[in-house]
Amino acid sequence: MREEPPLTATSAAVRAARQRVVRRELLTGLVRKDLKVKYQGSVLGFAWSLANPLLTLAVYSFVFGLVLKAGIPAFGFYLMCGLLLWNAFATAVGSACAAVVANAGLVKKVPFPLGVLPLSSVAFAIVHYVLQLFVLVVVMVAFGEWRHWDAGLLLLPPALLVALTFMIAISFLVAALNVRYRDTQHIVDVVLLAGMWLNPIVYSATQLRARLEKHHLWDVYFLNPMADVVVAAQRALYGTGRTFQSGTGKQEVLPDSGLMFYVTRLGVGFAVSLVVLVATYRLYNRMSADFAEEL
Amino acid sequence: MHEPITSPTAAKSGEVAISAHNIVKNFRPHGQATSLKERLLRGDRIPRKPFRALDNISIDIPAGHTVGLIGHNGSGKSTLLKVLSGIIRPTTGEVVVNGRVASLLELGAGFNGELTGRENIYLNASLLGLTRNDIDEMYDSIVGFAELGEFIDDPVKHYSSGMYVRLGFAVAVHVDPDILLIDEVLAVGDEAFQAKCLDKIEQFQQEGRTILVVSHALDLVARVCDRAIVLDHGSLVFDGDPIIAADTLRMLLGTTPDDEIAAVAPPDDSNPVQIVSAVPLAGIGGPEITAAYAGQPLVVRVTIDIAADAAARCAEVIIVLMGVGDIPILIQSHHGGPGPLPGGGRWVVDFRTDELPPARGAAVIAVQVNDPDGAPIAVFRAKRGFALVRDTVEDGLIYAPYTTAARIQARPAISAEPIR
Repeated sequence: MREEPPLTATSAAVRAARQRVVRRELLTGLVRKDLKVKYQGSVLGFAWSLANPLLTLAVYSFVFGLVLKAGIPAFGFYLMCGLLLWNAFATAVGSACAAVVANAGLVKKVPFPLGVLPLSSVAFAIVHYVLQLFVLVVVMVAFGEWRHWDAGLLLLPPALLVALTFMIAISFLVAALNVRYRDTQHIVDVVLLAGMWLNPIVYSATQLRARLEKHHLWDVYFLNPMADVVVAAQRALYGTGRTFQSGTGKQEVLPDSGLMFYVTRLGVGFAVSLVVLVATYRLYNRMSADFAEEL
Repeated sequence: MHEPITSPTAAKSGEVAISAHNIVKNFRPHGQATSLKERLLRGDRIPRKPFRALDNISIDIPAGHTVGLIGHNGSGKSTLLKVLSGIIRPTTGEVVVNGRVASLLELGAGFNGELTGRENIYLNASLLGLTRNDIDEMYDSIVGFAELGEFIDDPVKHYSSGMYVRLGFAVAVHVDPDILLIDEVLAVGDEAFQAKCLDKIEQFQQEGRTILVVSHALDLVARVCDRAIVLDHGSLVFDGDPIIAADTLRMLLGTTPDDEIAAVAPPDDSNPVQIVSAVPLAGIGGPEITAAYAGQPLVVRVTIDIAADAAARCAEVIIVLMGVGDIPILIQSHHGGPGPLPGGGRWVVDFRTDELPPARGAAVIAVQVNDPDGAPIAVFRAKRGFALVRDTVEDGLIYAPYTTAARIQARPAISAEPIR
């Protein structure tokens, strides 16, 4: 017979700590599984997902830098600063949407903390993003882009934190809804496609500023946490002091050259993300009790 | 979000390991909106009756017991096991589980074909609530139990189904549970592996762990379990001795051999006396029952069609509650006046017992209509049986109140040598 300690405050704390360890290891296990399954049988394996942003960078630099003349200097790099983040968000939300349904066999047969399913989708996307970001940074250094870098680089970690929070929040929502309403997947696809244009990824936020401020929508525009994250990442990696020719004359590409603007935006974005997260986490917990019978 | 470890208290012998009270589980009816489009277009306007999978089930399982859960397909066994393991929540009612639970609802649920056996061990065990350190410690033992040898580093999609379930079972039994919930997983694998699983279960029993096993293998349940619960259409009809439980279920299913009856009277449509049905009811006007309780009323309602010219020959209607092995437990007969059933037509005869004697076991109703000489005109045997339930510790077909007394008659001669 195994000796079990009597129930005391300490042993309850030990069990809680143990459960946290189990949950964390379960999460890493699931992410490792996803990575392995995704690249099983492909010769270049992981290299594919790193080559992808490089190809995108090359194509967009060529098309918008030489053929269409977008006006934004070093357009390829400007684009990648925001696009990689948006892709991470879209990947996380898209796969979280299918996460519970795809693991139906597990959900119906094994009692385990169901929250790890959407979380593993987010973790998978974040791992990818960090690797792609690394590739982007290396290429930017190689092309001398580092000359535009300053203390703004410090915005990157908090921006990632806000992005992570918002991804988790939306992932809980779509994962739970998709169990009951299977067409959530299609709606998410469309919303992600359109949602990208709510963020200053392909265009510059300054291009919208005058019009938005006239209708007092400038702050509303930045209530979207992803917009905050994208401009912060652009401030960090793309840098300031870069101008382009617009209808009203020469303009800065980024909306502000200081750092406070971005810190404030990230603060608002984080607050919004947290509120959404609390709401969707509750929804997920309430709905997850019935997952096993709805699948 | 439910936790793999259901409750923080450890199970000790003498304590209740699983306590479920008044569990009701309704499943949402089909036809409810399954897409946002549908939901928006027609809303949830069509209210339909939910399907009741579990109807007011209460069970207490003391720590260290091995309990079988049996019933026909769709009786609610697996649903009950899922409710107890926390995978689905009951519509109403309360479940309290003391100790760490491992649910074996499907062997190898959560295995991924692309991963190797080794990787799947780690992933599966962490799903079941183990940390990496725990798994490292028992890794060799798991591989040894699964008998996979060098195949452990192959992707499990290349495994045979036998290897697959061996690995699944090996991981599950190493989770070191206080309570093990098993759903029909012992039916897989070859005989050698089944024997190994049974050994493991025996070891668990000796270690004082609690086991709840769902199975269709009634002999296995009778052999392994101290107790068995019979479910029928979501209701608990019997809870007690596994052998009686198995008999009860066989009678419910109508799988007891009825060769003898068939020999007495082959089905004959030309017989002017036809016994249509014989059903046990909870009382006059009460519902049909699957279990009759000692001390409670029981009504057996017999329906007979009689042709007008045959009525005069019907002298007596007899019912017999037949137990296991066709032992007549209770015999009641109806006769009176010029004849028990004066005239042709459809007759309904109620046999009413106000207080059922304290019997235990399973019973099936047999009916016989005799002529004035006592020769049977028509015989009938119900297809389904029902349980006779009594609330006593003692087994045995019947119970009588008793006392015991002990006195010593002769003392042994005192040995010169001290007894060691």
